[in-house]
Amino acid sequence: MNSRDLILGRVRRALADVPRDDTPYDQAVDRDYLREHGNRSVEETVELLAENLADYRAVVHRCTGDELPALLAGILAARGSASVVVPPGLAPEWLSASDTARIEDRTASTVYDLDKVGSVVTGCALAIAETGTIVLDGGPAQGRRRITLVPDHHICVVRVPDQVVSSVPQALERLDPARPLTWISGPSATSDIELDRVEGVHGPRTLEVVLVSGEVQA
Amino acid sequence: MSGGTFVGMPSFPEAAHDAVNNQTLRANLRHATHTIRGKRAKAVAEMSDWAELREAGKRIKDHTLRHLDRYLVQLEESVTAAGGVVHWAVDADEANRIVIDLVRMTGESEVVKVKSMATQEIGLNEALEAEGIAAYETDLAELIVQLGKDRPSHILVPAIHRNRGEIRDIFAREMSEWGRPAPDGLTDTPAELAEAARLHLREKFLRAKVGVSGANFMVAETGTLVVVESEGNGRMCLTLPETLISVVGIEKIVPTWRDLEVFLQTLPRSSTAERMNPYTSTWTGTTGGDGPQTFHLVLIDNGRTDTLADEVGRQALRCIRCSACLNVCPVYERAGGHAYGSVYPGPIGAILSPQLRGTASEIDASLPYASSLCGACYEVCPVAIDIPEVLVHLRERIVEGGPATREGNKVVLKPAKGHAAERAAMRAARWAFGHPGALRTGQRLASRTRRFHPRTLPGPGRAWSDTRDLPAVPAEPFRDWWQRTHGGKDTTK
Amino acid sequence: MRVALFLTCVNDTLYPDTGRAVVKLLTRLGVDVDFPMAQTCCGQAHYNTGYRHEAEPLARHFSDVFAGYEAIVTPSGSCGAMVRELYPRMGERARAEGRGDGLAATLAPVVPKTYELTEFLVDVLGVTDVGAYYPHTVTYHPTCHGLRGLGLADRPFKLLQAVKGLELRELPGADECCGFGGTFALKNSDVSAAMGTDKVRNAESTGAEVLCAADNSCLMHIGGTMTRLSTGMRPVHIAEILASTEEEPSV
Repeated sequence: MNSRDLILGRVRRALADVPRDDTPYDQAVDRDYLREHGNRSVEETVELLAENLADYRAVVHRCTGDELPALLAGILAARGSASVVVPPGLAPEWLSASDTARIEDRTASTVYDLDKVGSVVTGCALAIAETGTIVLDGGPAQGRRRITLVPDHHICVVRVPDQVVSSVPQALERLDPARPLTWISGPSATSDIELDRVEGVHGPRTLEVVLVSGEVQA
Repeated sequence: MSGGTFVGMPSFPEAAHDAVNNQTLRANLRHATHTIRGKRAKAVAEMSDWAELREAGKRIKDHTLRHLDRYLVQLEESVTAAGGVVHWAVDADEANRIVIDLVRMTGESEVVKVKSMATQEIGLNEALEAEGIAAYETDLAELIVQLGKDRPSHILVPAIHRNRGEIRDIFAREMSEWGRPAPDGLTDTPAELAEAARLHLREKFLRAKVGVSGANFMVAETGTLVVVESEGNGRMCLTLPETLISVVGIEKIVPTWRDLEVFLQTLPRSSTAERMNPYTSTWTGTTGGDGPQTFHLVLIDNGRTDTLADEVGRQALRCIRCSACLNVCPVYERAGGHAYGSVYPGPIGAILSPQLRGTASEIDASLPYASSLCGACYEVCPVAIDIPEVLVHLRERIVEGGPATREGNKVVLKPAKGHAAERAAMRAARWAFGHPGALRTGQRLASRTRRFHPRTLPGPGRAWSDTRDLPAVPAEPFRDWWQRTHGGKDTTK
Repeated sequence: MRVALFLTCVNDTLYPDTGRAVVKLLTRLGVDVDFPMAQTCCGQAHYNTGYRHEAEPLARHFSDVFAGYEAIVTPSGSCGAMVRELYPRMGERARAEGRGDGLAATLAPVVPKTYELTEFLVDVLGVTDVGAYYPHTVTYHPTCHGLRGLGLADRPFKLLQAVKGLELRELPGADECCGFGGTFALKNSDVSAAMGTDKVRNAESTGAEVLCAADNSCLMHIGGTMTRLSTGMRPVHIAEILASTEEEPSV
């Protein structure tokens, strides 16, 4: 017998004492928990996102669609990165005001190339207000997972309010499990020294989130 | 569990003896566990529906376990459909062999690893090393343990027994042996220590061709795996290599994508006391042009189906490895993680290890007693595992023996050796308590001879009287006073 | 109401003062309390050490002795939790072992009517001011099975706060176990003693004269540690404080 059948057989024997139960799964578990915590207006939800992002040491900026290119140019200039990597589908207008050398991510570029880049600019799939989380799903404005990982400085643009959800349950409803997802809540951190949180280990040590309202080029 | 690390461990009380008297260790553990306790309580208090989330988490896991065969088959189908390859391992040796063969097929001689309890449990690093394959742990605490040639002592923070000064010394001394040395003049500030780890591991991440991980959850319906982490080392291991091998216990399944909405709320708050951990990665098979193009999932049993066969003990398989029970446990705080002789320390370890490994060894037979049954672990458990209930159940298995399942076979265990005197005492007490007259005679005898009672006890009683005085025996037991004063109402049967 | 005092074997043998205090207190509150002489032990030590089958006859005996009363009051959080939480579980386990519903049916009547003393006072009698007088500084240790097993919550505090002359001091780390744990105190004596020492040091830091709890087995461990560490504090069962009056003070 192969190990697969051996394990499945053991599982079935182990459960021999359990009465048969054919309740469909959607009725088997009571889900009395909340879909979101508290009643907030759309503006309040965006405000909560900004608060929770900042609470976990992300730098939060707010602007309108028109102001976005200037704001991004300013952030990159202040950081002083020699170059910025962008996913192939990022709207060119976003970085139209910046002098920082712009590198479009290509399949052929290696992690060593990426390691030389100072900053990365992406959009996101959505953001979760209650937890201060941005979620990337590899869409055109987000690119491969590695580009938001290897550079030390990540600027993530969130369109508010349409990309903002209140809660984790609402986020999962909107996300596609077939895509590789990265949920990001603040810069990389560790609690491994005396169980106290310290920001900055392997992922980007600086996370800047731009909450942009109004018409945005996508 | 193989790996050799824990073979021949002394019993828990023996191992705890040194830890209790190690003042540095006591201070480190006290500081860390008390820090996280307060934070966890605060993070949980933010959620008005915590009780409902906990109940839903429990029910999702119970339902999954009840239909585990079905969900395993479904998972296999969905992972395969998404481009992954599924392997099945009955025990640690088989799992290690599978991983070794998979690494060999890539032609590589090193792997980067993201912290995984399952691979620790099977002793994968040692098995790889024996085959000439270097396995680099990349979680900060795991790195501290690996560089310090130490053993993990906590599920979430394996180096919890080390303070910042000790970590500095390990980094300064050992990093150069393995790659990039620690920066000159490294101090013990946590930010500098984290920076040293970043620099040391970066070269390994960039050149790695094979990543090895575990998973916090596997979604049967979609074939999605989930890794919850903080540092970004997980993301490095899961996305940069060409080949990813994930070794996961069969109990880590949840039926549907939606089920994650419960655990992604309860796990971060229970473990690191955060609203959300910095990074959560989910992946479903392989994705063209992004991340590893070869993905293997190794499903391991290694004692889990034996645990599943125990109707009281099977609830331990609900565990999501948050470590909240360790952080609140007064015994863990004083004995430290090493005393538990397993990669699973603390209250959850005390019920998992004797079920996964059986109760034959000295350490496993002593673990169910490593608790005062105070119940703090059950109170904080986000999937409501009644750890005290399982501890008592396992105590029963040890002193009374009885039916159990080992390696898929039903066996009847004999009562463990070394409990004969206790068993006799328990029987005698039961007899006396069944005969109120005999009890009364004993009480009176104790009262009458009370002036001759020593303040300390000989033999096994020294375990009490070495550190605590004995209470004075009163002049008469209550029942005598009652009979003297309320005698007319005697209702003795 | 026919109320039975289930004193517990430990109190009967070693702490008769606690029993006398419960009788005095309940009598003062107008309760006609009886002490069934056939009572012995609830079986907790057996059960928790792994001797469930040895505990079963003791549980049956308990039920035989107490089933006829309307309420069963015990000055012990852990023995109360044994009856309320674990007797039903013993019944379930016997059933799972194919021994039928007999044990469950035998034990069922005593489960809902067993009360820990402070529960009985607050929930059944509806009193928090029991007319007590106790001119001492006191810190309260909520014992684990009362706190987490029975969920006594603030009942003991309400009772103590209403005691005239009593100054209540908050105990740091109050909800941490004292380290007694029944046979744990012997089987893991190093850890048990370390926990006891920490509990006593926390109690000392309050400056209180008295450490109060609702469980004498925990107090035996804490008190034995206190005298060994020569702290000058003393352990007192909550019943003895609540029974104390200006006319008849207890120390």
